Amino acid sequence: MITETIFLTYTDLAIAASLLLVNAILSLCFGLGLEKRLFFATARMIAQFALIGLVLVWLFNNVSLLFTGLAALIMIIFAGRESVARQDRRFVGWWGLGIGVSSMSLAGILVTIFALAQIRPDPWYHPQYAIPLLGLILGNAMNGVSLGLNNLTNGAAREKLAIETRLSLGQSREEALRPIVREALRTAMLPIINSMAAAGIVFLPGMMTGQILAGVDPEEAVKYQLLIMFMVGGGTAFGSLFAILGGARLLSDSRHRLRLDRLQTLKSD
Amino acid sequence: MLDGLVIENLTRPGLHPTSIRVGKGKCVAVSGPSGSGKSLFLRAVADLDPNNGQISLNGESRAMMSAPEWRKKAAYLQPESAWWHDKVGAHFINLAAAKTLAEAFGLKEEIFDWTTSRLSTGERQRLSLAMVLASRPPLLLLDEPTSALDAEHTNAVELELQKQVDGGSIILIATHDRAQIHRMASVALTFCSGKSTMEEL
Repeated sequence: MITETIFLTYTDLAIAASLLLVNAILSLCFGLGLEKRLFFATARMIAQFALIGLVLVWLFNNVSLLFTGLAALIMIIFAGRESVARQDRRFVGWWGLGIGVSSMSLAGILVTIFALAQIRPDPWYHPQYAIPLLGLILGNAMNGVSLGLNNLTNGAAREKLAIETRLSLGQSREEALRPIVREALRTAMLPIINSMAAAGIVFLPGMMTGQILAGVDPEEAVKYQLLIMFMVGGGTAFGSLFAILGGARLLSDSRHRLRLDRLQTLKSD
Repeated sequence: MLDGLVIENLTRPGLHPTSIRVGKGKCVAVSGPSGSGKSLFLRAVADLDPNNGQISLNGESRAMMSAPEWRKKAAYLQPESAWWHDKVGAHFINLAAAKTLAEAFGLKEEIFDWTTSRLSTGERQRLSLAMVLASRPPLLLLDEPTSALDAEHTNAVELELQKQVDGGSIILIATHDRAQIHRMASVALTFCSGKSTMEEL
């Protein structure tokens, strides 16, 4: 029972965008000061989507391992940067970006290749499959890494006294940092666990909604969505585990010292 | 083989090269105004902050052992206490030894069943000291261990520390208390803007 895809016109989009206009008016009425940010975020989103539309069309017309790989690389670097961009306490120097990009690479590449092995597109690097999959996995792993690292570095600063007391008693850095590492991992994984638990009952995930709206048989959409959820869960777990364990290494050194000097001070200070 | 503590050219940001020798069973008072480098020095000895220099204890070099091994011998007591379990007793590995110490410090035994939020500042300080002393480390680096205690409890703590010194332990104690320095220490290491001078008392 596959219905025709109903194509959207630009007028339809403009009407939908008027919803944001209502928000902007509300912000003006109540003096929330959000209208400017809302405007720029909307404009940025439109520009980014328009651009990615063009890029995807071009990539689909020029299927090549090189171009797909190049697009994937840019996505990974950007996701790595974004994952550490809004931290309360960033690592000094290149370490922050290094952790972000390497955990994104691990999550993105490993899991995307795993997913492509299930879907078996021809050729395997066809951008129609590789790019959206990578994007979904990166987007979710990015959230996990960002939340987890933020929690880890704040935890280290907050628990400095307890961590150094444990080190003073002759505990190893792994032992002394275990509570904040565990808390950071839980924080990183919580959103994805929540959305797995609520998926299908509280909400239909965006991708599945999109597929159904685009006319795909719901049963197929469900299968795809399950595959995606497994990939997203796995990607978030890999990425966060790597970023948080790596972050914990950076927060300590081989002489089992707590190295808060490797973090920038709180941004609001 | 050199008995005792030998520190050679210990440096770190904020600390001028410091060299001292302390025999077994001695107590050294580390004194000086706030911010003069007392804590920086004690933390550097415990290897809690990046530092340079050679340290050996009873013939064993710090560089030859892992940091956790070293800190089990050179135990540092922070000026503020910290707790990471809910129950007081969960913080102690050697609970029997800790209970004996706590009794000597005038603490009731049931305190080990309490949650840490119930503890007063003085109780926290004495329990933290018991945590450090329980394993009988040969070198004690104590940063203001009696700052929150009244005269009676300070006396109980000093008696116990004296026992450890009599048993051959070395104590480096940072304190502002002139009278305590004269009661406990035979040597004074006085800091002034990161530079230290040593004198017999």
